[in-house]
Amino acid sequence: MSLDRAAVDHVARLARLDLSEDERARMQAELTQILGHAERIQELDLDGIPPTSHSVPLSNVLRPDEVTPSLPVDEALANAPVAEDGRFRVPRIIEDA
Amino acid sequence: MDLLWASATELADALGAGEVSSREVTEALIERAEAVDPKINAYLKRTDERALADADAADERRSRGEVHSVYDGVPLAYKDIFVTRGITTTAGSKILESFVPPYDATVVARCDAAGLPMLGKLNMDEFAMGSSTENSAFGPTRNPWDLDTVPGGSSGGSVALVAAGAAPWAWGTDTGGSIRQPAALCGLVGVKPTYGLVSRYGMIAFASSLDQAGPITRSVKDAAALLNMAAGGDDMDSTCLKEPVPDYLDGIDRGIDGMRIGVVKEFQGEGSQPGVRARVDEAFTRLEKLGATLEEVSMPSFEHGISAYYLIAPAEASSNLARYDGVRYGYRAAADDIVQMTSRTRDEGFGAEVKRRIMLGTYALSAGYYEAYYGKAQKVRTLITRDFERAYSNVDLIVSPTSPTTAFKIGERTDDPLAMYLSDVYTVPVNLAGNAAVSVPCGLSDDGLPVGLQIIAKSLDEKTMFRAAYAFEQDLGFDERPKI
Repeated sequence: MSLDRAAVDHVARLARLDLSEDERARMQAELTQILGHAERIQELDLDGIPPTSHSVPLSNVLRPDEVTPSLPVDEALANAPVAEDGRFRVPRIIEDA
Repeated sequence: MDLLWASATELADALGAGEVSSREVTEALIERAEAVDPKINAYLKRTDERALADADAADERRSRGEVHSVYDGVPLAYKDIFVTRGITTTAGSKILESFVPPYDATVVARCDAAGLPMLGKLNMDEFAMGSSTENSAFGPTRNPWDLDTVPGGSSGGSVALVAAGAAPWAWGTDTGGSIRQPAALCGLVGVKPTYGLVSRYGMIAFASSLDQAGPITRSVKDAAALLNMAAGGDDMDSTCLKEPVPDYLDGIDRGIDGMRIGVVKEFQGEGSQPGVRARVDEAFTRLEKLGATLEEVSMPSFEHGISAYYLIAPAEASSNLARYDGVRYGYRAAADDIVQMTSRTRDEGFGAEVKRRIMLGTYALSAGYYEAYYGKAQKVRTLITRDFERAYSNVDLIVSPTSPTTAFKIGERTDDPLAMYLSDVYTVPVNLAGNAAVSVPCGLSDDGLPVGLQIIAKSLDEKTMFRAAYAFEQDLGFDERPKI
């Protein structure tokens, strides 16, 4: 299993990581090595084996739909890098029409 | 009484007998940290004022005869992955360097309610990703037994502090061995409880189906006592089990005569350092002397544990860490548009190992690779769970080394991520299956560094696990301390 540079670029874009050239080169080598080790599970016969996503079998956990106090707005915004008018401020997302 | 090296239970007894005040204990531990922490870098943040105020309040309650618990006034420290209201919580990451949580984790709230003064927040591998505490954005923690070696990880600050006599106990978290491996490397008791036993509310998420909080202590009784304090259902964590929790101290001294204990066939032989092997073999003999019957159990799927773990944990991490986008909290890099802002924030805010795992996890979940990697890893998880179930039809407990090596040198494995991952070979199967395990000290290797014995129980059978750990601890009488 070897990961090509295009795959590294694609995954970095999906993960929203603006990696440097050096990081991309190192990531390519390291991920290839790690996936090479993980490759051993490809040899196993796993037909008919159900997957486990969680060690405790839980169905939906429900509670009564009651209104309870939530975090006050000023506390929720206290850690924001930029806040304005009781909201989180971010760079423009949608371009002008 | 030696306030630095007394167990939490001994401190609680002395407080109860009026022989010492919580303020005296807390001041002694703060003074000790002042002396040793420059050498070990266990603390990310000391909360001296808070600790002393908590201690005075505990002393005042005791003078009125209104203690909140037997342990009221015995100080405690937390891995910096537990959020603490009004106190910076970083998870060892630059991206959370100035994050001040608006609430307390359930573990913190319950220990607070029991009257335990908060000493501070402890160093860790960034987002608990690592086996050496070298991945902290705030510098590595050093092992009090040998300052040139790592304390293990990711709960390295927690073990270093307790091993150095600067706290009787601390909380850690364990996703693939992050309590047990560092406990082994620092000569301590470290418990990974059954998944769901302790609430994860307010525990910064790494891999949600594997993460569990647990105690790090110098004695088995202290570990049982601290687990008693925090275990049990929590409406704020839907995966937290609602079953009534037994008293783990009750019957802890019943011994192990007649117990059947399995030795993992696949973990025998070449895999461990000779010094580790020797101590663990002696431990097996000691368990037999104490009346247990040892038999070999075969766990054929364990050899795929690391592969499955290093696909599942990064996959969950890549999803959990999507929240660090520079919008609601944490670091934000300057940029003109939102995608650039998020991508630069994450590149500048995360360290190398966290980025590596996010990339690995994103890849394992991406279109075209999901079935081959994440899907297969989840099936291997089923096989590992079945190995445990099969073994437990014949035995009560399973034992193995905790770590294949003693503490390794700082820098020795930082350039080889795969070698670092293999540190977790004996611990990850337990996280994947969700059952409980403890590491207890079983002596020093020929290099003078501690070795840990791992005792693995069935899910929710912590009582049997503690009984065996306590019997072993009492018979061995391990009383070595680091010379720091």
